[in-house]
Amino acid sequence: MTGQTLEGRSDLPLVDVRNLSVLFDAGRAGFWGRKRLTVHAVENVSLDIRPGETLGLVGESGSGKSTTGRAILGRVPVSKGHIYFQGKEITHAGKNRVRELSRDMQLVFQDPYASLNPRMKIIDIVAEPLRVHGMVKDTKAAAKEVARLLELVGLPPDAGARYPHAFSGGQRQRVGIARALALKPRFIVADEPVSALDVSIRAQVVNLMQDLQARFGLSYLFIAHDLAVVRHISHRIAIMYAGNIVELAERHLIYDSPVHPYTRALLSAVPVPDPPVQRARKRITCPGEPPNPLNPPSGCRFQSRCPYVTGTCREKAPDLTRRRPGQMAACWNC
Amino acid sequence: MNTSPKAPLLEVRDLVVNFYTRGGVVQASRGVSFQVDYGQTLGIVGESGSGKSVAVQAVMGLIFNPGRIEGGDIFFKGRSLLDPAGKKRVRQVRGKEIAMIFQDPMTSLNPVFTIGTQITEVLRHHLGMTKDQARKRAMDLLDMVDINAPEKRLKQYPHEMSGGMRQRVMIAMALACEPQLIIADEPTTALDVTIQAQILELLTDLQQRLNVSVILITHDLGVVAQLCHRVAVMYAGRVVEVGDADQVFAAPVHPYTRGLIRATPRLDMVTERMVSIDGVPPDLISPPKGCAFFPRCDQAGKACLRMQALIALGDDRHVSCWCAAKEVTR
Repeated sequence: MTGQTLEGRSDLPLVDVRNLSVLFDAGRAGFWGRKRLTVHAVENVSLDIRPGETLGLVGESGSGKSTTGRAILGRVPVSKGHIYFQGKEITHAGKNRVRELSRDMQLVFQDPYASLNPRMKIIDIVAEPLRVHGMVKDTKAAAKEVARLLELVGLPPDAGARYPHAFSGGQRQRVGIARALALKPRFIVADEPVSALDVSIRAQVVNLMQDLQARFGLSYLFIAHDLAVVRHISHRIAIMYAGNIVELAERHLIYDSPVHPYTRALLSAVPVPDPPVQRARKRITCPGEPPNPLNPPSGCRFQSRCPYVTGTCREKAPDLTRRRPGQMAACWNC
Repeated sequence: MNTSPKAPLLEVRDLVVNFYTRGGVVQASRGVSFQVDYGQTLGIVGESGSGKSVAVQAVMGLIFNPGRIEGGDIFFKGRSLLDPAGKKRVRQVRGKEIAMIFQDPMTSLNPVFTIGTQITEVLRHHLGMTKDQARKRAMDLLDMVDINAPEKRLKQYPHEMSGGMRQRVMIAMALACEPQLIIADEPTTALDVTIQAQILELLTDLQQRLNVSVILITHDLGVVAQLCHRVAVMYAGRVVEVGDADQVFAAPVHPYTRGLIRATPRLDMVTERMVSIDGVPPDLISPPKGCAFFPRCDQAGKACLRMQALIALGDDRHVSCWCAAKEVTR
């Protein structure tokens, strides 16, 4: 399945993922452990991210969105498929190559409480990537660079001398962003970067990320489950379900004319914070729960919950195909 | 029971709860007041640390050392739950007339007992049912929360169920004694969106069918919009605005409520830039003297440095803000 790039744009993708599958070994079962258990975390996922673009990757827990992000960064082994960065294949890059690549690709974590070492001062946390990559010669140069980075993310200059516990969740997330920016990357995987933050703080961090993108031309893979935030920050959006991308489209197409039944169910399940509007909304019911990733059904993975399921859906998994300019979906009946 | 018809089902009045920690006294609840009428759903919204959970834990008698209730009162059907007689009564009321649903069904169900054992225990303890009666009732309850094959489910352990299913079991347990008030503390926060929608629909349906009162604690304004008749907005251990949900959403008066609604991104709208509320909530070990929102408020004036009580705006609407007070008197 090729031809994943949407038409109308000539620019070369910065990141290009083709038919990515990630399978995890989950031990053995059965009589004398004869049956091998495999978690089908990601299967046949294709997407691309262009320079300066934010691709929102949305899905519920266990849909494989984080695994996809980590596979791109070389942090989980790829079972099948190819990943290209700036046109070069990086699918099975070795240790040294991954380290080299980390200058260009960085990760921002979800939990700002768990992702900063509580025993390290902020200055050391932010300076660590600089030291590892030999970007600074001495402590003085590091301090100067860290001060610049802290200012960039809107933290006070004296923040460097303090420990993570002295900061609120939003401020910690800024530290995480400063650390990710230290090596001047071109591409950042942001794995649920605002999910742990309160509403009033969330907007501050989202705005910061957008400002940084405008300033440095960064590309983001923005992984989230909050469809409202994703709508705000993304240029294009990919919806994942049980390890597959079911729909990938320009932002307005996803929200205004979603094609895939799962996308539609997902959108209708999010309550709108406006009582009369919410009462008037029709919910597309989607009974049941996602399939077991140890034993996904043959055919379309959404079949057990889909109102339009037919025989074809049970036999053969649909590919992501073009529906209209800028919109692709994987479904036999829509 | 000698309940006056006028008394609301539950009334919390000027509740003060402090936690004596090593770092200092955390003033988690600094004079919280709200009430819930019969058959009504009250949403309590607020960000982490705003004191929303502490307020209902006090109602359930779940404030333990180092926490202490140090002021105010809680009335259930017109009678105090905090005076000496009330403290005895809490044991009967809790779990029977007032039931609670927690956020994480994995930690609030006991992993070493089957679902059946846990539901029947409630029934036998509170209603004195026999084993067979309890078992039959447990099956009815599971049926009520739309769990298929209840017979089979009763024999299962919590880990054999999905998160959504466990939350349904929690709801079934809460309904076991036909309570008049259900307190749901972030009941869908741990769940995925499509499962959340199923649970919210179930709660709405049960609330209407059984005509119970519900207190729903959440940080998600969308959930409030879907489920609640009234809403109380909390900030830094106080209720800053309370009223009819439609009215509060349509015309928020308190600057914090306004900020919160504006800062919540909406699925049905695109905005160029998200609106944030600058600054961070205050530290509740040493909260500011006057209005706690003062440092983040764009309308703050001198009067805000003094403490502010709730001001009635009519129509069951109250707000804790000097600027709003000015508008009313004008």
